[in-house]
Amino acid sequence: MAVAFALIALVAVGSAVGLVAKRNPIHAALFLVVNLGSLAAFYLMMGFQFLAFAQIIVYAGAIMVLFVFAIMVLIPGKEETGPDPRRPWRLLALPLGAALLLELGLIVAARRAAPAPAARPPGFEASMTALFTDYLFPFELTSVLLLAAMVGVLVLARRRA
Amino acid sequence: MIPDSWYLAVSAALFTIGVVGVVIRRNPLVIFMSLELALNAANLALLAFSQRWGTADGQALVLFVMAVAAAEVAVGLAIIVAIFRVRQRLSVDDLSLMRW
Repeated sequence: MAVAFALIALVAVGSAVGLVAKRNPIHAALFLVVNLGSLAAFYLMMGFQFLAFAQIIVYAGAIMVLFVFAIMVLIPGKEETGPDPRRPWRLLALPLGAALLLELGLIVAARRAAPAPAARPPGFEASMTALFTDYLFPFELTSVLLLAAMVGVLVLARRRA
Repeated sequence: MIPDSWYLAVSAALFTIGVVGVVIRRNPLVIFMSLELALNAANLALLAFSQRWGTADGQALVLFVMAVAAAEVAVGLAIIVAIFRVRQRLSVDDLSLMRW
């Protein structure tokens, strides 16, 4: 179990680094697919089967197709070839990112000391019951959000007369 | 049983890489992908907490994050395509019209 976790974590972090480091956007998209798949494997390891497959269907199926479509439309590969005029500023992100990682690591390390409660894995039924009772209003709001996004995309994609 | 702090460590690493990617890249498409990476890191943390405390809230929240991410990507990519149609270039350095 721990070996499998280490392997999947290696794939996840490696593909994330590849996403950020690769110049060509299509390579970034493929790395993102690998990363989403490894996260789905994590969900399976935790026992959240439904969310693992929802992850694959929604992210790898729907969102990544959108990304690849946009890359195809936008003639990529020409954007980041020239010298970066703001390179020193951008490279400032690396030490700041390291500081952020350090902070998050400290938080995680501090949490390890917390006493563990009685672990009972939440079932799929319980989560769906919560979705339709406690979270009913946000659930309805999500449908409004999706409708608004659909209308907005149609307006944006309309050809200007 | 994997302890939840391991999942949280992976989540922290992925979130940091996503944030660095948002700052360091110039192509808005790749910036969007890095954003997705950060959202997924948050999802992983939510599920780790859900498993640790035995509550169902984390799973419901993850479903919401997925729906919001789908809407965000649809609208964001439409905006990027619209900008590209006007400017024929694709770099966030060019988009300084609304900066004071």
